[in-house]
Amino acid sequence: MKNYETVFILNPVLSEDQAKDTVEKFVKVLTKAKAEIINKEQWGLKKMAYPIQNKSTGFYNLLEFATENTGIINTLETEFRRDESVMRFLTTVLDKHAIEYNARRRKGEFNRTKKTVTTQKRERVEA
Amino acid sequence: MTLMNEPIKRAEVKPKYCRFKKNGIKYIDYKDPDFLLKFINEQGKILPRRLTGTSWKFQKKVSQAVKRARHIAILPYLADQMK
Repeated sequence: MKNYETVFILNPVLSEDQAKDTVEKFVKVLTKAKAEIINKEQWGLKKMAYPIQNKSTGFYNLLEFATENTGIINTLETEFRRDESVMRFLTTVLDKHAIEYNARRRKGEFNRTKKTVTTQKRERVEA
Repeated sequence: MTLMNEPIKRAEVKPKYCRFKKNGIKYIDYKDPDFLLKFINEQGKILPRRLTGTSWKFQKKVSQAVKRARHIAILPYLADQMK
């Protein structure tokens, strides 16, 4: 059993619904091949560091999944290449440290710590 | 003449350390541009180990993470003025 993580960028020309449908399509590809989806994240429309296909923004999406079947990566990436609305994708294998890190990230530990600090500051100011 | 390459004020030279070993960081996230910004210069180039003090083991991971971030357009391949 291996854990994988895929980040892909969708064309900003799509509407929000279309973008969601496209993500669902890839999730279906994974579930069909009996992969277990661990995490789905949509970062929304983000500005990119450099233009891709003459576009400066894109819909960022993240999928994290676990599977026994390694051939699934090939089928998924073929689907990415076929779909014209996918501008970029990156699939990585997660090692044990990465799995641990992602579990903490999912719980929002990294964002939450920042938030609590700011709320503490605010409380102090109010007090 | 004999001590040409020796630092003149030796007390000012602080020993370098690897921030990953010191803080117990085991995984470097390529999705976090703010953190990776510490390891690139304003042109977007990866800084050498001799400047950041990172150990060889983690330098490999840093460079891998920066390259991944570049691929998904989180960091630029080249930039004029980043910071």
